[in-house]
Amino acid sequence: MALDLFQEKGIPLEKQLFTWKDLVRRPYSKLDDDAFTRTRVILMNGIEADALRMKHIFARLSRELRPHLALVRRAEHHQQTMVNWLNPPDQSALETTLGFEQLAIEVTASVAIHEPDPYLAQTYRFGMLEDFDHLYRYSALYDRVEGKDPNNLIQSYSDIRPGRPTAVEHRHPLDDLRRPYDHKTADPLSKLHAVTITAAEFMTHDYYMVVGPQFADPVARQLYAEIASIEEQHVTQYGSLCDPDESLLEKWLLHEATEVYNYSSCLAYETNPYVKAVWQRFLDYELGHLHYVMELFKNLERRDPAEVLPRTLPEPIAFKEHREFVRKVLSQEVDLRSNGPDYVDASRLPPGHRSLVYRDQLNSEGSPTETVAAGYHWRPGTELAAKAERMGSVLEGRRLQ
Amino acid sequence: MSKGTIADVGMNRTGIKTSPIDSKDIIQEAQRATPSSPGDGQGIMEVRKQYAREAGDGLGSVPPPSSLKGMAKTAVDMLKGGKPTVFIDKLGERLAFERTGVRLYEGALSKLDVFGSWEGGPSRELLTKILDDEMGHFALLVEAMEKLGADPTAVTPSADLTSVISMGVPAAIADARTNLRQCTQALLVAELTDNASWELLIDLARGLGHDALADRFQQALDAEAEHLLLVKGWLAAGVATEARAPMESAPAPAP
Repeated sequence: MALDLFQEKGIPLEKQLFTWKDLVRRPYSKLDDDAFTRTRVILMNGIEADALRMKHIFARLSRELRPHLALVRRAEHHQQTMVNWLNPPDQSALETTLGFEQLAIEVTASVAIHEPDPYLAQTYRFGMLEDFDHLYRYSALYDRVEGKDPNNLIQSYSDIRPGRPTAVEHRHPLDDLRRPYDHKTADPLSKLHAVTITAAEFMTHDYYMVVGPQFADPVARQLYAEIASIEEQHVTQYGSLCDPDESLLEKWLLHEATEVYNYSSCLAYETNPYVKAVWQRFLDYELGHLHYVMELFKNLERRDPAEVLPRTLPEPIAFKEHREFVRKVLSQEVDLRSNGPDYVDASRLPPGHRSLVYRDQLNSEGSPTETVAAGYHWRPGTELAAKAERMGSVLEGRRLQ
Repeated sequence: MSKGTIADVGMNRTGIKTSPIDSKDIIQEAQRATPSSPGDGQGIMEVRKQYAREAGDGLGSVPPPSSLKGMAKTAVDMLKGGKPTVFIDKLGERLAFERTGVRLYEGALSKLDVFGSWEGGPSRELLTKILDDEMGHFALLVEAMEKLGADPTAVTPSADLTSVISMGVPAAIADARTNLRQCTQALLVAELTDNASWELLIDLARGLGHDALADRFQQALDAEAEHLLLVKGWLAAGVATEARAPMESAPAPAP
């Protein structure tokens, strides 16, 4: 039974309480938990980070909303803490990065498949092929610098191979802006999708900006610098899908609904019982926030929340592999580029196009994403497994046994 | 380019004596303040104990055997009274360590290209030989795990733990600001661990009756013992060379 957003009231804001012990819980296992548990934790951390970010910006813009934003935001800060602290300490920044890219592939694929608006769906497919490539580049780094197998994290759900090469993803800022949905006519699901993916990409950007300089290897430092730049493009792209004519309260209402939708999707798929309990609790908290904002919408804006929200939640985001879909999109759309808000074949970009000039400048002293993955084929046990196989068990120049 | 030398005099600001006036002032202020809670560092230990008791299944588990043959071997080991997963766990640990070791020596070779060596320091030939040995040991462990029906691509809990313990080693070697002499210090940490861990693995193999494997592991340990001697020697010679060098004419990096 789909959850009724108007009937289900969740837990009221004043009963959303935490302690430090409560916030810092048993993390999931990097080795034993399903890869999608990791991606869900990464996603929900990003959704909550975006909830905070949006509310801080709104607080700068609205005296009237400021106290309401402060109240809800504090609960969401603590929600973000509890979620983010589910990441285990034996998971390195690069391993978490692999989780970020797997999330970007599989959740964007699910969104692209279910998106009712063809232009928006095209945008999700376009971005997905780029994050797909990032997974390949970071995998090469993990394999070649640390001597470890990226599939230990990916768990055979996602392909590790080139997508639209990152080196050609660099675009002029004006070629990253898209046409927004029309808030008066768009399907509510389109709005939930745009908020979800923008939040996820924003978190990815911010994460890379924090961890990038913590790497010792100069190629790693360059790689994070290059891919963080694409994530900034993606935030520009996905953020521009949201209609700027929505009121602040309408945007807030949609964000709370998105949080409900995402927690509900996580709950539908979660296999770790400890993590599942967190999703259930925060689904109830978010319903509390949603109803709090519904009241504001009615009282301050004199509008009916049913104008904006769907009655029931749509089908959950599918936390599963989408290899067949991704491969099909890759075979058909890898050569797409953008010209302003439109998607065109690479051959149709004229020489001297602003994005080509921009890209050539950035790549003029070499491309980290090309350097790190030169000739790279992922294989089980790292690329050294192939070399070792060729060498055999050689010791001191003699074959053993 | 990064410096070929390590310990030259410069503007290091980390010590208290850098700021004689300010330091006196902040020391007095720190002593004047009263802590908001009584006690000492023991409280941290109590929190650690509380979380340790609630940590559940630890880092993770050893995957089940991936083949029928493996299952049969596991059953035989269990009949002998052993817990076969302990052996698999430790094999996985050495496998991951040796594989990462290859990348460490690749890094050391790239430092050699930039900084050159020193009297009694590593040669390209010896660094390459150790790299090949690490690769050979990795291959040996892949083979051993496959023979036991275990999945050599899995990260076992001990492999994961060792990776956490040794996280700084690849970082020290990959850092553009470290020279080859500093890298040999990182290699020493790796080789010391490697030697002790092979010894442990050999004892474990013998205890479980895997004598043929233990013999082959002994050859690996012999090679590792040689690596350790070499690395120790390179580091000692490097430090001695630098200590002898006049302050203003420390050896310049190779072109």
